[in-house]
Amino acid sequence: MADAGNGSESSLIARICKGESSLFATLVKPYERRVYVTALALLRNDADAQDVAQEAILKAFANLRQFRGESKFSTWLIQITVNEARMRQRKQHAQLFEPLVESNDEEEGTYTPRDFADWREIPSEALERSEIRTLLAKALASLAQKYREVFILRDVEHMSIEEAAEALNISIASVKTRLLRARLMLRDILAPDLANGWFSRAPFGKGSKPW
Amino acid sequence: MVVSCEQVWREISNYLDGEVSPELRALMEAHFRECKHCTAVLDGTKNIVHLYADDRLVELPAGFSARWQKKLAESMPSPRGTVYGWLIAVAALALLSGSFALARFDSSPLAALRSYHSEPGVGVPPEMMVEIATDGKTFHVPGCKYLHKHEHEGEGEVRLVAAAEAIREGYVPCVRCLRQYLNR
Repeated sequence: MADAGNGSESSLIARICKGESSLFATLVKPYERRVYVTALALLRNDADAQDVAQEAILKAFANLRQFRGESKFSTWLIQITVNEARMRQRKQHAQLFEPLVESNDEEEGTYTPRDFADWREIPSEALERSEIRTLLAKALASLAQKYREVFILRDVEHMSIEEAAEALNISIASVKTRLLRARLMLRDILAPDLANGWFSRAPFGKGSKPW
Repeated sequence: MVVSCEQVWREISNYLDGEVSPELRALMEAHFRECKHCTAVLDGTKNIVHLYADDRLVELPAGFSARWQKKLAESMPSPRGTVYGWLIAVAALALLSGSFALARFDSSPLAALRSYHSEPGVGVPPEMMVEIATDGKTFHVPGCKYLHKHEHEGEGEVRLVAAAEAIREGYVPCVRCLRQYLNR
């Protein structure tokens, strides 16, 4: 598995453990976005995500001595964030609100893409438009959690498949299967708007809204 | 030997991540040349990966950084009234002053990264030539399609530099074209 990240990070951790607590913020700062986005992906609510992200950071500080350096610090921090977010969900009985989209599908079965629309390459400038960002966020939020969390860690936060597996405490094979499903489902959800709507019949095509 | 559409759909995600064998990759590429449907699925899936990889999708809430740092400072053992306590408070204040101040600490290379949610390019050979866009955050193998440039704004100049220089300037490696150097 991964090592403890780069040298400056492990020396920071050693200094913090020896008592220079104030350096902990420097250690966490590069990953604050990843922590927040992970919490947001699981909880789908900004206030809860900020709360949980904060709790995860405090917990990481309190438990830093238990960090053995067998994985990267960032993976360990995200693991804590995922656990905190899951605990919060259990408290809120969030499963009652889980979206029904595909949540009962067997992971092993082949997912058949529904939409075969031709896509042209979508320029990244499209993301300057808040409607597009909202579309993407809504589509992601509509996925069942097991797909959403894998997709966020891998494709939004750029973690490796191995790191995502470790952070979520699932197998590498499950990460791959769920990632495939998540990507194809998002494509199906967004195709009516992105492939046919926004860019082929710009500026305001009447793409159907699947949610 | 040929692969069916179902096999292609099963492997399309691994194909995009470079996780299929060279033999299967060749078979899939042959399939894409013949099958319009699977090519549409591939293009759409690529677009999804490309769009969601963009930092602009989720903004960090205003004040989030300051709030957790304040809470953290409060949670630390505080020897109230001692010089040490004051030192901690001053250190916390310095951190609260934001990433601009942090980026100026030369002894903390992580703080100077252009993108906080990528790993630094420590594993990339320093002499390797890479492409960067002046307004981008990541460095790429020349020709990588994930190089973002905002040419329409007339500012996204692309430069070819050594990886060491890109890293020095705070660029982080592209997780697509440089993935073999990551995941360590």
